[in-house]
Amino acid sequence: MFAPLTWFLVALSLAAALFAVVLAARDKRINWTLLGVLGVIEVALLAQLVVGIVQLSQTTRDVSGPFFIGYLVGSLIILPIGAFWALAESSRWGAGALAIACVVIPILELRLYDVWTA
Amino acid sequence: MTDPAATKHGPGRILIAVYGVFALAATARAGVQIATKFSDAPIAYLLSAIAAIIYCAATFALAKATKVSRKVATTAIVIELIGVLAIGAFSYAVPDDFPDATVWSHFGQGYGFVPVVLPVLGLLWLRRTR
Repeated sequence: MFAPLTWFLVALSLAAALFAVVLAARDKRINWTLLGVLGVIEVALLAQLVVGIVQLSQTTRDVSGPFFIGYLVGSLIILPIGAFWALAESSRWGAGALAIACVVIPILELRLYDVWTA
Repeated sequence: MTDPAATKHGPGRILIAVYGVFALAATARAGVQIATKFSDAPIAYLLSAIAAIIYCAATFALAKATKVSRKVATTAIVIELIGVLAIGAFSYAVPDDFPDATVWSHFGQGYGFVPVVLPVLGLLWLRRTR
């Protein structure tokens, strides 16, 4: 696995989650800045998918392919659904729900790392 | 009586988000387990699949937030609570029957014990928005 990209994803997702929590605490809805950050994360996740598939095809490690690919593909749908769910809410709780979605990304990245190093 | 739509707003937004995460996680996990190594632990994997169905039902029913769907959600969440308590207890009592983890094994230890807290919060929320 390409560690710098994984850590970048973990760090940026946690930052986005924190941003969403701050918005919720200040009684604000999600804004374009946060959606822009989510866009960057999504592009990085796509890159991670490509990197992951290439590395999986070349590795001699005993990696569980279905779980590995599952985490890579699964991570792509979290933020779009989370953003949709947050935008459809007119209160601060929308930003709170998006924070949950953002926290899921680092968890998936760590699970991905576990599967890779198992 | 409050508007049933209240179920999906406010704090319910976060509750449903967490339910959605578990619906997705449980469905993906059960799918991979059953597709790749079903014969290793058929009972555990079938329970994984049942858990996945219940999480999906609870998520969609809470998110729909109609009078009828609230009843569906309540039923699903009660089953979920019974499931996590029963499987949690059984997985400690007879570990041999659970060679591989399900979402509910050891009261959801592998998921930070969220699976045992979630149905309680779900039922409290349904009561609060009644």
